[in-house]
Amino acid sequence: MANITFITQGNIPVTVHGESGSVMALAVENNVAGIDGDCGGVCSCATCHVHVAKEQFSLVGEASEIEKDMLELDDDADEYSRLCCQIDITPELDGLVLTVAG
Amino acid sequence: MMNAQPPKETCIIVGASHGGVNLAFALRKEGYSGRIQLLDTDKRVPYHRPPLSKKHLISDQPAGQLLKPLQAYEKADIDLQLGVTVVDVNPSEKSVTLDDGTSHVYTQLVLATGAQPIIPPISGVDSAAHLYTLRTAEDAQAIAEAFNACEKKRVVVIGGGYVGLEAAASLQLCGAKVTVLERESRLLARVTAPDMSDYFYRLHQENGVAVFNAKNVSEIQTHNNENLVCCSDGSQYPADIIVVGVGVRVNTHLAEKAGLKLDNGIAVDGNNQTSDDSIYAIGDCCAQFNTHYQRWLRLESVQNALEQAKVVAAVICAKTPKMNAIPWFWSDQYAVKLQMVGLSQGYNKVVVRHERVNPESFSVWYFNDDELLSVDAVNHAKAYVLGTKLIAQRQRVDIDKLQDSSLALNSALLVQI
Ligand SMILES: Cc1cc2nc3c(=O)[nH]c(=O)nc-3n(C[C@H](O)[C@H](O)[C@H](O)COP(=O)(O)OP(=O)(O)OC[C@H]3O[C@@H](n4cnc5c(N)ncnc54)[C@H](O)[C@@H]3O)c2cc1C
Ligand code: FES
Repeated sequence: MANITFITQGNIPVTVHGESGSVMALAVENNVAGIDGDCGGVCSCATCHVHVAKEQFSLVGEASEIEKDMLELDDDADEYSRLCCQIDITPELDGLVLTVAG
Repeated sequence: MMNAQPPKETCIIVGASHGGVNLAFALRKEGYSGRIQLLDTDKRVPYHRPPLSKKHLISDQPAGQLLKPLQAYEKADIDLQLGVTVVDVNPSEKSVTLDDGTSHVYTQLVLATGAQPIIPPISGVDSAAHLYTLRTAEDAQAIAEAFNACEKKRVVVIGGGYVGLEAAASLQLCGAKVTVLERESRLLARVTAPDMSDYFYRLHQENGVAVFNAKNVSEIQTHNNENLVCCSDGSQYPADIIVVGVGVRVNTHLAEKAGLKLDNGIAVDGNNQTSDDSIYAIGDCCAQFNTHYQRWLRLESVQNALEQAKVVAAVICAKTPKMNAIPWFWSDQYAVKLQMVGLSQGYNKVVVRHERVNPESFSVWYFNDDELLSVDAVNHAKAYVLGTKLIAQRQRVDIDKLQDSSLALNSALLVQI
């Protein structure tokens, strides 16, 4: 349904294809380094933090209130941060580039 | 033979759940090049346990979400063996014996054996119909099947802890008639303050679950697949399905055989090393001195298992582990999201803060005099996040301002300089 590229901390792009579910689950399935998904995707751990490419931010949209609050756990968060367990895979996300937060 | 290669190091990990699986992958991340043997009695590819009592309980796939996809183990050269039980440890020979009779030698052994549910010695418990504990995917599946097969769907949950309450909420949402029987005078008595107990009591009542405190289940009578759960005060509750969630017993059997020091779990030092230099223990099965709270603790949480897995991986790879001594935990019931950070034990002051802007959000702040010990946040990630930071930094909190919910909750408000 969508090809999504994760840029890991070592600056290595990993492009994977997802059909459904959350972007975090897709990353874990493909062993993308730096996305742990410790809480299983319930927005409780902030270990699935990604930075969305600025020009693509509208594709994924704003974080929810809870997610924004959780992002404050990470000093590295910025206005293009998302917890990717809160992003569902849809065809619109095809070509999305996400940088895994440090 | 000349120039023989030295035998490869081998790390054997007993238990492939949150602790064991994360350790195996963390070892590779830290550069461990030896063999990794990851063993579990459970036949299923390791999965997340928290969803078992939550949304997955009555789903088509109660086995739920995998911790890692199967291919990831192969790719990381982790020898995952499922459906095998380690039955013996021989520390002098550095070997373990499996139930298939084979022996395996280790350089490092890690016990990530977790815990198992207690079945209380209630009269009739062994012959009760459709009585389940809830720890494994198999348990969840059995509950789901019994639930789908039964008509009246009367469920009695024995025990009002997190697992029991989450199961009650999940089953109620699926149309069961649920009764929770708790022996203590309030719910979650071991883990939270009375304010939170009251909140969850009301929450379940409002959602149609019958909750009874101070109920000591003394007998289960079973006729024709129907149970009658009898309490010592004479009250009786009919049940087609009984879910028992009264706590766990630590799996220390192997540690005992290895002669390791035990103390409410397998006793480990700050590096999660047991009393034997080559044996480590992580997760629910071990007790460790917590440097932040200056107390021995045995924690039952995903975060604790993960944190300790990272520590052991670093130690085995001769690196300096990063320690995080502030425990955190979450629980989901109905549409309510509870997040907790820190430990409230020893508190002498509680501040309950209801947010004016959002009445669904509130937080409970526990203090020992001036020191913030822990925060329970209901639908309130901000309070949880602030609490996490303030506790870790041992920041003084302005309690007067915290109590004043006309002021917005943020760190500028709380930090007392
Ligand atoms: C229903 C439920 C809901 C939960 N919800 C939450 C939650 O919301 N948040 C949270 O933080 N925590 C939650 N927890 C707790 C969390 O799941 C545990 O803290 C965590 O699983 C501990 O991981 P562990 O690896 O230490 O042990 P376990 O998960 O208990 O795993 C131990 C493994 O060792 C294996 N094993 C034991 N002995 C042997 C042997 N001799 N040979 C081979 N294998 C062996 C067992 O089969 C088991 O798979 C929940 C637990 C349950 C059961
Ligand atoms: S996986 Fe835990 S917050 Fe996203």
